[in-house]
Amino acid sequence: MSELLEVSDLVIEYHGATVVRAVDEVSLTIAPGEVLALVGESGCGKSSLARAVVGMEKPRSGAVTYRDAEVPLLGVRRRKAQFTSIQMVFQDPNSSLNPRIRVGQQISEGIRAAVERGAEGSQPEEWLERVGLPTTMVSRYAHELSGGQRQRVAIARALAARPDLLVADEPISALDASSQASVADMMRKLALDAGAGLLFISHDLAIVRLIADRTVVMYRGKIVESGVSDLIWNDPVHPYTRALISAIPEPDGKGILPAAPAAEAPEEWRLTMPEALNRV
Amino acid sequence: MRKRWLKIPAAWITPLGVIGAVIAVAWVGIAFTARLWVPFDPLAQDLPRLQAPGIDTLMGTDALGRDIFSRLMTGAGVTIPLALMLVVMSLLVGTLIGAIAGYFGKWVDELLMRLTDLVMAFPTVILAMVVAAALGPSLFNAVIAAFVVSWPQYARMTRSIVLGLRTQNYVMAGRLMGFSPFKTLRVDIAPNVVGPILVLASLDVGTAILLLSGLSFLGLGAQPPTPEWGSMISAAIQNFDSWWIGLFPGLAILTVVMAFNFVGDSLRDIFDPTSQVSRAGARS
Repeated sequence: MSELLEVSDLVIEYHGATVVRAVDEVSLTIAPGEVLALVGESGCGKSSLARAVVGMEKPRSGAVTYRDAEVPLLGVRRRKAQFTSIQMVFQDPNSSLNPRIRVGQQISEGIRAAVERGAEGSQPEEWLERVGLPTTMVSRYAHELSGGQRQRVAIARALAARPDLLVADEPISALDASSQASVADMMRKLALDAGAGLLFISHDLAIVRLIADRTVVMYRGKIVESGVSDLIWNDPVHPYTRALISAIPEPDGKGILPAAPAAEAPEEWRLTMPEALNRV
Repeated sequence: MRKRWLKIPAAWITPLGVIGAVIAVAWVGIAFTARLWVPFDPLAQDLPRLQAPGIDTLMGTDALGRDIFSRLMTGAGVTIPLALMLVVMSLLVGTLIGAIAGYFGKWVDELLMRLTDLVMAFPTVILAMVVAAALGPSLFNAVIAAFVVSWPQYARMTRSIVLGLRTQNYVMAGRLMGFSPFKTLRVDIAPNVVGPILVLASLDVGTAILLLSGLSFLGLGAQPPTPEWGSMISAAIQNFDSWWIGLFPGLAILTVVMAFNFVGDSLRDIFDPTSQVSRAGARS
């Protein structure tokens, strides 16, 4: 099967006072209609990878290929129509919407991008309905909405562009616990209804288990474990994955919080274990 | 659903905004019509000298026997249009330079901003005095001098806004949807720059009037016998016991500067939807 997205040996470095290798030879693929989750702690390179996938980050080496064409850097020039089917939902809902433009109009821009690619037109109201917002919100401004509503609007806008690949960079981390699961679940449904691939980035393994077909665990820029979500959840092989799973608080009424991750990460977390990769 | 035109009056209802707008519009009206209806020729020196305010000379006469009321009203037509022109010029040049610096970044930004810093490092009035002194004292040169010192603030502001906007997620989202650079500027960047710049401009009208009057007061702007407020106050210094000579031009400057500042303040509320809510209360 030809892959929708293929990331091969991607390296991203930030050159400041010291060179930081945020993503270190990462390879992954996403097929149409597949939900791939990328999990890991803050600073492990998840977001850098996501930004590179849409072309917002220049890879040091390696390639990001979308439908057998390399994804171009998102520069000052206009993005070609063939790549407008890659859409992104950002982590911070507060800066994802233009404060001066009504919600409906912003969704219309997404619709326009879809129409320019030859998709059939639609109404902003439909998309609002699909993400569970009242249709009267078309005439609102972003600042009149709550954080969760803004994030839903951002999702609606991205979906209105009828993406074939949706990259979601921690879309639920800014939401309250009660709506996290529902938004994540909604994203899965909507992406799959549209036949799109979804790259879902999160640090929350518990939610990822519910929505992702496959899961990739990153640690310090490298993939340490990857494979079918259930397998990784029920039978983690890599010590880092085990640590991540044991860090999930359990609602057992005892009010016990999991131990804070060790300040000095054990050396074994950095090991790459061949048996932990591409588990099926 | 609220219609758009209903929203703006809601913000205009702030009392200071209304008062400011009324006074500012009145002064602008006076500025453009005064010559048609003032009771005396503002340049004619045929009235009794240093006459206190009374029935026929509302604000008295100056040391040369000219009617202060007539001079004050025609003086509005000298200062206000020039101040407006000055603000528009600074706004256009400053915004353009700032937008170029912010949008292209790198060495273009570095070059333009160091130039801006250079100009801003001078005390405003001193630099304006130098320019006016170098080009010779005249009202037109005073405007040029004031322009030299007032464009950098627009450049700075525009640049910082554009710089901040360029990496905003919604700008990125637009680019991902295939916006052309022009559309990004028009849809995502310009609307978020216009508001703050217009607010700055309306607040700056007051400053421009102060600066032009100040230069005239120092003798570097309007030359006699032009009826300009700053030079009228300057003339009053020689006749301290005739309080009316300086008081009325001073009041004129005070009211017009405050009026434009009030307008600027309420414009800020109109152009910034977030502060509109905090003022009007969260609307449903």
